[in-house]
Amino acid sequence: MSATAATDEALLSRIAQGDRLAMQVLYGRHHVRVFRFGLRLVRDEQIAEDLIGEVFLDVWRQAGKFEGRSAVSTWLLAITRFKALSALRRRKEVELEDEAANAIEDTSDDPEVTVQKKDTSESLRRCLTALSVEHREIVDLVYYHEKSVEEVAEIVGIPENTVKTRLFYARKKLADLLKAAGVERGWP
Amino acid sequence: MMALSKKMLEQEPSDLEVLLPWHAAGTLSARDARRVEEALAREPELARQYAVIREEYAETIALNESLGAPSARAMQKLFAAIDAEPAREAKASINRLPHVSGFFASLSPRALAWSASLAAVVLVLQTGVIGAFLIKNRSSTYQTASLSVNESSVNAPVTRALGPPQDATSRALVRFKPDARMSDIMSLLDTYQASIIGGGQSGLFRLQFNRGTITRDEVISLIGRLQNEKIVSFAAASP
Repeated sequence: MSATAATDEALLSRIAQGDRLAMQVLYGRHHVRVFRFGLRLVRDEQIAEDLIGEVFLDVWRQAGKFEGRSAVSTWLLAITRFKALSALRRRKEVELEDEAANAIEDTSDDPEVTVQKKDTSESLRRCLTALSVEHREIVDLVYYHEKSVEEVAEIVGIPENTVKTRLFYARKKLADLLKAAGVERGWP
Repeated sequence: MMALSKKMLEQEPSDLEVLLPWHAAGTLSARDARRVEEALAREPELARQYAVIREEYAETIALNESLGAPSARAMQKLFAAIDAEPAREAKASINRLPHVSGFFASLSPRALAWSASLAAVVLVLQTGVIGAFLIKNRSSTYQTASLSVNESSVNAPVTRALGPPQDATSRALVRFKPDARMSDIMSLLDTYQASIIGGGQSGLFRLQFNRGTITRDEVISLIGRLQNEKIVSFAAASP
């Protein structure tokens, strides 16, 4: 038996014809990354689970419209981003940002946490979580989802040069957060 | 080199500096990756920043990996919603157009010109043959376009299939083993050039072999091979 797995594009072609099995395979391949991308944006597991349902239901309905100009994973992340931002708007983004800022300030007074902050790794993860939605998504798309400049531009809907500078300023913001938490890394 | 250092001091990102995260992730083009490598070799400040970026890269992956996975309930909900969707008609021609246009786009201008010329010659020849045939068989009497009841084919159907008759025996009933993975099933379907056209009740699926017209012996042989597949627990011919 051939060990060659069907490509995502071939699966989408089958899904467009109502092939439920192909849908299960595509879901199996991508649902964890879609979930994690959504969860990083909305910060709520229940909402993130609802999001992947909405994303893949859209895939089921729209598979025939996929033009193959980008990778299927890029298309999925673009849908996820759109759904996540809509969900955030419903939950009032301002409240979430306040929560994030408070989370940073609250822990800084705790002596035990201060010791933990000396652990750069732990502090980095904490500060990565505290970035704004705009900065979180670009950091995740480049580092975790391994998307190129062109693909990020397509997912986020901004010019390629803006993608590059936005990530640069996201990293600067991360450095500022780390500095505030007592971690100096030698840049900037 | 001086310009790059000056920009870094002013905290204005240079062209290469902004590419460092993509270099860490390995998603730059070969040309850009080479440019960044060369700059890293000659700019210690840039190399220091790159070390910081690699740290961010590793922690971002670790953070995302720590987020876990959605529950099985999410999948159940999704497929319940899919089941509730209206049934759709299969469109055999779906996504064919991009492939056809892609094929023509891949031809060189010279090959494209030759293909067009050849197609024109074939069209002219075809027109000539059809014309000669019509002239040869032209009758001097008046004829209507209606069907003649005197023809020997009076009992034959008025319509006819455009392609070969659908071979009803080119189908099989298959049950997959409970531990069969989706990827294995998809590979099996690819290998046998088959698609699932129905079933699912009691774990039995109806497969259609998409190999054009195949003989009964070929179907029996395919089913025999299916029965020996590791992920198949039952296979039989289906009407």
